[in-house]
Amino acid sequence: MELLVRYGEALGAERFVDTINVAGVPGTSNMFLEKYYTQPGDRYDVIYSLYDLDSDEIVQVPRVSVNSCHLQGGTDPDNWQTLGMKPEQLRISQAGEAGAARLGIKILKTCTPYLAGNVPNKGDHCAWMESSAVVYCNSVLGARTNTEGRESTSAAMITGKIPDWGFHRDEFRFASHRIDVEIPVESLMDWGMLGYYVGDVVGERIPVLMGKYGKPDLIRHKHFGAAAASSGGVEMYHLVGITPEAPTFEAAAGPNRNLETFRYGKAEQRRIYETLNSRGQDTNVDYVMLGCPHAALEQIQEICRLLDGRKINSGVRLWVFTSRAIRAVADKEGYSKIIRDAGGVLMTDTCSAIGQALPPNTKVAALDSAKQVHYLPAIMGIQAWFGSTADCINAALTGRWNGVAP
Amino acid sequence: MSTVITLHGRKVVGGVAEGEALVTRQTISGWGGVNAMTGTIIETRHELRGVSFKDKILVCPGAKGSSGWSSVFHQARLAGTAPKAMVFNEMTTKIALGCVVMRVPSVTDLDRDPLELIETGDWVRVDGDQGLVEIRKPA
Repeated sequence: MELLVRYGEALGAERFVDTINVAGVPGTSNMFLEKYYTQPGDRYDVIYSLYDLDSDEIVQVPRVSVNSCHLQGGTDPDNWQTLGMKPEQLRISQAGEAGAARLGIKILKTCTPYLAGNVPNKGDHCAWMESSAVVYCNSVLGARTNTEGRESTSAAMITGKIPDWGFHRDEFRFASHRIDVEIPVESLMDWGMLGYYVGDVVGERIPVLMGKYGKPDLIRHKHFGAAAASSGGVEMYHLVGITPEAPTFEAAAGPNRNLETFRYGKAEQRRIYETLNSRGQDTNVDYVMLGCPHAALEQIQEICRLLDGRKINSGVRLWVFTSRAIRAVADKEGYSKIIRDAGGVLMTDTCSAIGQALPPNTKVAALDSAKQVHYLPAIMGIQAWFGSTADCINAALTGRWNGVAP
Repeated sequence: MSTVITLHGRKVVGGVAEGEALVTRQTISGWGGVNAMTGTIIETRHELRGVSFKDKILVCPGAKGSSGWSSVFHQARLAGTAPKAMVFNEMTTKIALGCVVMRVPSVTDLDRDPLELIETGDWVRVDGDQGLVEIRKPA
């Protein structure tokens, strides 16, 4: 609780709210933390106390008091060798899982908890990490969460409290900026680019979008929000007539008047496409990564359809990332085998950015996620192309990037 | 004789520190934007790409990006690469929690814009408890 008090004071919050749904990465260790914390005692308690709770003393961590889940982790327990992980990394990951399970935390191991059985109701006070899940929680589900961090979620799991600040409060949730969408926005790629544009222009503010977009499905929301939360810090958006707190423009804007307005037309879309492809020079592709945020079952079906029984190019690796829950279904339905037979791998729990894991000697990646393009080249020092899922599968089959601007 | 400019704001995290300022007009991405082991900004399009904030007084508009913000700056503290103090404009949960777990003096809500008044290389003293920022321009 002491950490939450320091955090609440830093924010300028006056009180706490009771939270009933917490998503974080409690007690997760890594090679750095393993070496850093040499104190004796139960390893999970040591890391949870000293790091997660930022405490100066080691405590025996009690069971969680509210519905709590573990988000994505650093490795896939079934494919850790393919990911190039050391046995020590697998051991650390599995020890962390065992510790979290002991506390009663659900091990969902995904950045898309809302696709893996954790779907809060409208108005629920949540405490979630993972910017793409946070923006989905606020915008699409109408539940309430700030972008929490590891330390605040780990503390909230035990206490069931989180500072009453930001998105927990009605007055904070109204739109501050307006985006007029002047071109049709339909495909997953269209929505990813629009999201990247929105985050770029509104930063950390709350946009309301009006205009020529179609009705997005879950996957389009997922990619739009993830992109907006990467180029900027968007934690909530309103789509008039679509998202739950935006039946009308007036409802979305609330008391805010004369919203600063941006136009998204052909020129803006073109600029975003070029920005997202600014880390690509070599058209020879050696890695295709899909599943950022973790693939929904529909996306895995789509990948299988695009592969169409063919084998990927021998110089390319195809890795698709999803949650363990979705892969259990994909295994049963035969999708995992289709991807494997084509020469790819369907993996769980992590991704190339989170796990910092690439196929050996990767130079150029092809990605269908604006969020992943934002992060992966910066983290791993590689080139990357951005396009549609079909562009990416085409690159996997041919070894060449042939993506075309919209 | 150097001039001293004093800004008044609100405590985020208490304590006093002074050092050389590192100023950016762009918000900072933590996870995926910073290498905690070296204290260096790595975000592709960031104006401070390749620059280290280790032992600096970091002056910025605020935080953006991944929810791993606090965790990255927390690990920077453990690795000894964290800034000495934080001065920023835009309060978010990311930067609030990050400042708390870095345990460095941090101030926000200043009466004048620190991005206008502080330049990289200025000597800055941050008094978190009093919410004060003192700027000394090099002679």
